Amino acid sequence: MLENIRLAFQGIWNHKLRSFLTMLGIIIGIAAIITIVSTIKGTNEQIKQNLIGARTNAVVIKLFQNDYEYEMNWSPVPEGVAVISEQTRDELAQLDRVEAVSLFHTRSYADSIYYGNTQFTGAVFGVDERYLGVYGYRLCYGRGFTQDDYDRGSKVLLLSTKAAGTLFSGANPIGKTLEIAGEPFTIVGVVEQSDSFKPTIETLNDYYTYADTSGGALFLPDKAWPVVYRYDEPQNVALKVASTDDMTRAGKAAADLLTERQVADRNSGFSYRSQDLLEQAQQLQAMSSSTNSQLIWIAGISLLVGGIGVMNIMLVSVAERTSEIGLKKAIGARKRRILWQFLTEAAALTTLGGILGILAGIGLAQLLSQSLQIPVAISVPAIAISALFSMVIGVVFGLLPAAKAARMNPIDALRRE
Amino acid sequence: MILAMEHIYKDYYQGKTPVPVLKDVNFRMDEGDYVAIMGPSGSGKTTLMNMVGCLDRPTRGTYILAGKNIGEQKDDELADIRNRYLGFVFQSFYLLPKMNATDNVALPLLYAGVPKKERTERAQEALRMVGLGERLKFLPNQLSGGQCQRIAIARAMVGNPTLLLADEPTGALDSASGDQVMELFAQLNARGTTVLMITHELAIAQCAKKIYHIRDGILDTGEGAGA
Repeated sequence: MLENIRLAFQGIWNHKLRSFLTMLGIIIGIAAIITIVSTIKGTNEQIKQNLIGARTNAVVIKLFQNDYEYEMNWSPVPEGVAVISEQTRDELAQLDRVEAVSLFHTRSYADSIYYGNTQFTGAVFGVDERYLGVYGYRLCYGRGFTQDDYDRGSKVLLLSTKAAGTLFSGANPIGKTLEIAGEPFTIVGVVEQSDSFKPTIETLNDYYTYADTSGGALFLPDKAWPVVYRYDEPQNVALKVASTDDMTRAGKAAADLLTERQVADRNSGFSYRSQDLLEQAQQLQAMSSSTNSQLIWIAGISLLVGGIGVMNIMLVSVAERTSEIGLKKAIGARKRRILWQFLTEAAALTTLGGILGILAGIGLAQLLSQSLQIPVAISVPAIAISALFSMVIGVVFGLLPAAKAARMNPIDALRRE
Repeated sequence: MILAMEHIYKDYYQGKTPVPVLKDVNFRMDEGDYVAIMGPSGSGKTTLMNMVGCLDRPTRGTYILAGKNIGEQKDDELADIRNRYLGFVFQSFYLLPKMNATDNVALPLLYAGVPKKERTERAQEALRMVGLGERLKFLPNQLSGGQCQRIAIARAMVGNPTLLLADEPTGALDSASGDQVMELFAQLNARGTTVLMITHELAIAQCAKKIYHIRDGILDTGEGAGA
């Protein structure tokens, strides 16, 4: 068998140009498939990262009325939805795969926050002591909230780097005062999300309009929230779960529990829902994958054409080597041995073509990623399957020529010189 | 007795009409024989050679080689019989051009399932026997016709066949090389190899111990009709 393989590659080398032209169909087909699969995988990974962060594993649970997120900017405090108690929070923390639970208030658009005459247009969060941890914020400068700040609801603020940029454009914000609904709050620190959490975007809407809407985020201790907003506003819940794959399940379990505990009247239309970013990511991925998988079929046609080319050249090869086949049969080669010889040669041809195609595909994918900024990720299974598949093409399309060689009558084969 | 043919007939078909090529061939060979079969072209001598060489099956009649009825064997069984009991020498050598002398000679041993190291050793020994011990790694196109035919003889002999078959072995050679090849056959026969040769040249046929004539598909073994 090894001898056959060696001879097969020798044969390919002896007819370099012919072999290369024969392999070209396979090379192009495999290269196209590798490129497309790499692009799909790259796009999917980017979607997933953008939506749910590389390692945050944070799930947000918000109050919905019917199918819409209950928006405190424009609506009154909902009837019949209780404030989440410490006890309920502890129950959430007990749920399977949940590592941390944070309760927070938020306004996605704040219209009553000023630094002097400058209005702040970003989001404001009333956070408990776990929130910044769940979302992976770290302090850039200044100080963080102390336990005392959290417990007493001190009128202090943390700014995201973006908020600091938009409000102070480079000047040091520490110690400056913002007015929220007329109440003075002192800025004590600036935070940003650590690299592994970026870019974390918290809603699907944000995903599309990430760059231009947000004026950044502003955090105050949750206990201080009622000072400027309403004390009985419904909270949101952020869960940190053990792994990305647990996000869907843990989020649903927590949302169900909250709906059961907090919503007095089921017919009111209120319910808690987890913003299942994993699921959203998967939907987006499916969308981008389905368009590209059609391209794979087209590339598959190239493989079919390449396979027919291999069959053609193998028939030529069998005809050229008629007397070799006759001699081998005369001195005792069985049919199977002749069959294997030509099958090996066809498979070697297409496998080599496949490997060259894989290399070309990787090269092309890199080129695309650099020149067109398309995200690519080389898929190891795709490479393994391509290599295997190109070998299978050789065996399938080599079968007819090889069988023809194996069936040859030695007398006829020797007579033809 | 090595082989026996009894009432062998072979027909070829031209369209639907059978054309008889061999007619009632009776013929046997014993160990140590050296037989030349002579005949003009079209006499059926190549067909007879193919028959003896188990490359073809008779239309009628019995051919026994090495105790087996050749007419009843399957293709792969015939391949095994050729590999074990027969050695072929052809007019145009049929060496594989990309293989060196040693690999060409070792080829029948590959089909016999001999391990690689032993194949190489036995092939080189056979090449030394035919006087090519200095040319073990040469490719066929680096050698003369006479040397190529000696490689072919080494290939035929490497498996210690029961019968050496030669089809016009000197047909493509100049007379000096031809003489060397015939000398080699004589040596091999003297050491006990049974040889069957077909030729149309009397001078070559006269190297053999017995000469049979074939004409129009009828073989004359000189033993009369009752053989």
